[in-house]
Order: sequence, then structure tokens, then C-alpha cells
Amino acid sequence: MATTRALARLAVRRTAVPAMWTRSFATVDPITKVGETINPSRPVVPESKTSTAKEPIPEKGSKIKTFHIYRWNPDEPTSKPRMQTYTLDLNKTGPMMLDALIRIKNEVDPTLTFRRSCREGICGSCAMNIDGVNTLACLCRIPTDTSKESRIYPLPHTYVVKDLVPDLTLFYKQYRSIKPYLQRNTPPPDGRENRQSKAERKKLDGLYECILCACCSTSCPSYWWNQEEYLGPAVLLQSYRWIADSRDEKTAERQDALNNTMSLYRCHTILNCSRTCPKGLNPALAIAEIKKSMAFT
Amino acid sequence: MSAQRVLHLTLRRATTPGLTKFAPAGRFMQQRLAATEHIPQSNAESILVKQRLQRPVSPHLSIYRPQITWYASSFHRITGLLLSGGLYIFGIAYLAAPVTGWHLETPSLVAAFGSLPFAAKVAAKMTMAFPFTFHSFNGVRHLVWDLGLGYATKTVIRTGWTVVGLSVLSSLYLALV
Repeated sequence: MATTRALARLAVRRTAVPAMWTRSFATVDPITKVGETINPSRPVVPESKTSTAKEPIPEKGSKIKTFHIYRWNPDEPTSKPRMQTYTLDLNKTGPMMLDALIRIKNEVDPTLTFRRSCREGICGSCAMNIDGVNTLACLCRIPTDTSKESRIYPLPHTYVVKDLVPDLTLFYKQYRSIKPYLQRNTPPPDGRENRQSKAERKKLDGLYECILCACCSTSCPSYWWNQEEYLGPAVLLQSYRWIADSRDEKTAERQDALNNTMSLYRCHTILNCSRTCPKGLNPALAIAEIKKSMAFT
Repeated sequence: MSAQRVLHLTLRRATTPGLTKFAPAGRFMQQRLAATEHIPQSNAESILVKQRLQRPVSPHLSIYRPQITWYASSFHRITGLLLSGGLYIFGIAYLAAPVTGWHLETPSLVAAFGSLPFAAKVAAKMTMAFPFTFHSFNGVRHLVWDLGLGYATKTVIRTGWTVVGLSVLSSLYLALV
């Protein structure tokens, strides 16, 4: 089948070829052609003065929605971040925010940069601040009310790598610091598996589902101001996932590591974390359980 | 590589406009036209530091949606500061009053307050009463949280607005009495 298709294409080639078929597979241009002249002293364009990138071909009866998207390009490091405005016809766009972003990137502005992978809320790549709330773009419906304009920012108080891509190096370092793996010295009693009762397993529900998208941590004002030392809701939820695990034997060490003024106790029960979690988990409750377990033992 | 696939790839190459030279498809046909640079792993830290110097911090307070969760929390802290700060300032001033000659003893304060018009009395009482009632009710909420109760998001929202309502009503009562 593939051979026939290629043969057919070869036959077609001699005649008039529409532009969309002329590149049959991805090619990488030589680096010399790509290199644009980069001028670091380019004047800053204020938010109100950036142009609007419009829907390619608007139609009658179209539902035009406006999106304001945070842009910053590391190739022009001296220029300030700016808000770029895009309009899309919702009739031609998928239902989710990620669909809108992908459509902008495909059809309007290929320089728009964001992370995405699974488009079904299991990878956590597309975490961003949409209309003021941290969530996954793939799980967030576009509000169909076209009179309201949507605003998309990267996760709050993070270093921006480019456009909507935040630098999560510190977040992953903190995750690593809590040793997120089973720690045991004794072999399992039957020599085969570390067994759990159903009740013990049930304690891990609502904890193991966390996908580490960093929505909760970056929604926490306490984490904004103290992220160098405070671990933040996501990492503390993961910490509790191992503290609560009946098979883990280092519970005391795990609690000890959190027993200082910064790591755990910068949580002031603001509860933005539970409110924003796109997976419906409750990091605040997990943190409260850690605090309780440390206070009453 | 099957014969059919080789033929298929050869044909595809031939149809690609960018490559004018006919190149047969084979095991080693891959071409890399983009230039790459080898950087050892040990440079990662210094590269990150250099990049961070240029990276902006994404907006936070100014763009996060106002929600009862963090607004109540920040208001709890502000009212706490106002109340304790006010108490400290008044206490120190009261101690220093005999030296500095201020009249902060109760009868003179009562007399000064009594001479104010009604609206000013209510406003003054309200500015004292609302932070007090809000901080007290919200403090109860925090104590309940410390027991590990009331963490469901719906409960948090409901108790938050209940605290706002209760503190407005009770401070109005205190201001008008």
C-alpha cells in the first residue's frame, strides 16, 4: 500500500503540485539558513501594543475567542516578557485549551512554545496558569463564552525557559530529596513479596495518583516566597505517600528529615493546592496528616 | 530491511523536492543537516546558572485568580498583624504616657470617644471590631484544620464564606451596640 502511494505521488509530481504536498516528510534545514539576525537591544513591545494574530480565515457564524498568551523568547534576553493576543474560531477548535494552543502553533504562530504530551491528563506536561488558576491545559475546557477573553501564563513564580515552559529543575530536585522509593532493610517474611492488607493499601488512595505536574506547588503563596527551602505541596504529598506506606521501614527518618522550620512547617494551610489540583487530590490534607503524625508521636 | 521498504523509501526520496540528487535508500541513508555541539554533563550546573540570570520569573500574585482560600489566609495574617501591632503600640504608649504627658488613661479616652459624632464612633468601632472578629472566627477554622478536619475543597469554600459572613455580622453588632 505504501509503495503504491509513493508511486502515485511520483506520478503526480510532474504535474501541478499543490504547495501542501511538496514536503512529504519532515526535513531539517541547514543551521546556516535558520540563524536569524538576533539583536539583543530590540525595543520592548508593551502588552497593549502587541499585534493580534488573527484566525487564519474567519467564517460567517464563527465563534471568535480571544486568547492572551504570555510570551518570552530567550533568544532576545534583554526584551521584557509580553502578552500576545490570538483569536481563534471555536467552531474549528477542539474543546480543550490544549487544542487551542496546538491550533495556534500549527496554524497561526509556530514560534509559540509549550510542553504537551499525552493530551489526557496523565503526563502533567501541559501544566500552566489558565484564567488565573493553575491547571492542565488538556483537562481545561475553553469557556465557550466568547465575550470573556482567556489569559494563559506559565506556572506562577517559576523561571521561564520560553513562553509557557517553566524551569522545574528545583521542583524535581526537591522530589529527589524526599527519597521517593521503598526503603526496607528486612527481606519480606515469605521471601517473595512485601504484602499489604486491603486497609493498608487503601491509605495510599488519593496519594499515588499524583502526576507531579507542579500545579499545586506553584499555586501556593508560601512556596512562591520560600521555594528554596519549603518543599511545597506536591513534594510533601509524595513524602506522605511513603510515610503512609505500611511496607516502608524508614518512616521515622522520613519524618525527621521534615522536622525543621522550613521543609514542612512553611505550610500555613492556605489551601490553594487542594483547590487547584487538576487530578482532584488533596495535598493539604496529606500535609496535615504529616503534621499530625509528627505532633502525636 | 525488507525489499519493499527499501523501494518505498527510494521512491519517497525521489519525490522529495528538496533533495535534487537521487540517493538510493539503504541502511545508512539517514542524513543529519542540523549542526550539533557536544557538551559534557559536568557543564550542566554552570549553564543553568547562566540561563537563570536571564530568565524572567513568571507573574504570580498579580495574575492568580482571587479565591477565598488565599485571600482569607492573607487577610488572616494582615488582621493578626494589625491587632497585635495595635496592642503593642498602645501598650508601649500607655507605659510612656506619664513621661511624655499623653492622656491615655481610661476616663480621658472615654471622654474623647464620647465627644465624636455617631458615624465616626461606628466607623472607629468597626475598624477595631472587624479585624478582631474575622481573626477570631478564622482562627477557629485554623484550629479545626490542625486536627486534620474540614479539608474537602467544598467545605473549605463554605467555611471560608461562613467566616466572612459571621465576622461582618458580629462586627456590625459590636459597632452598633
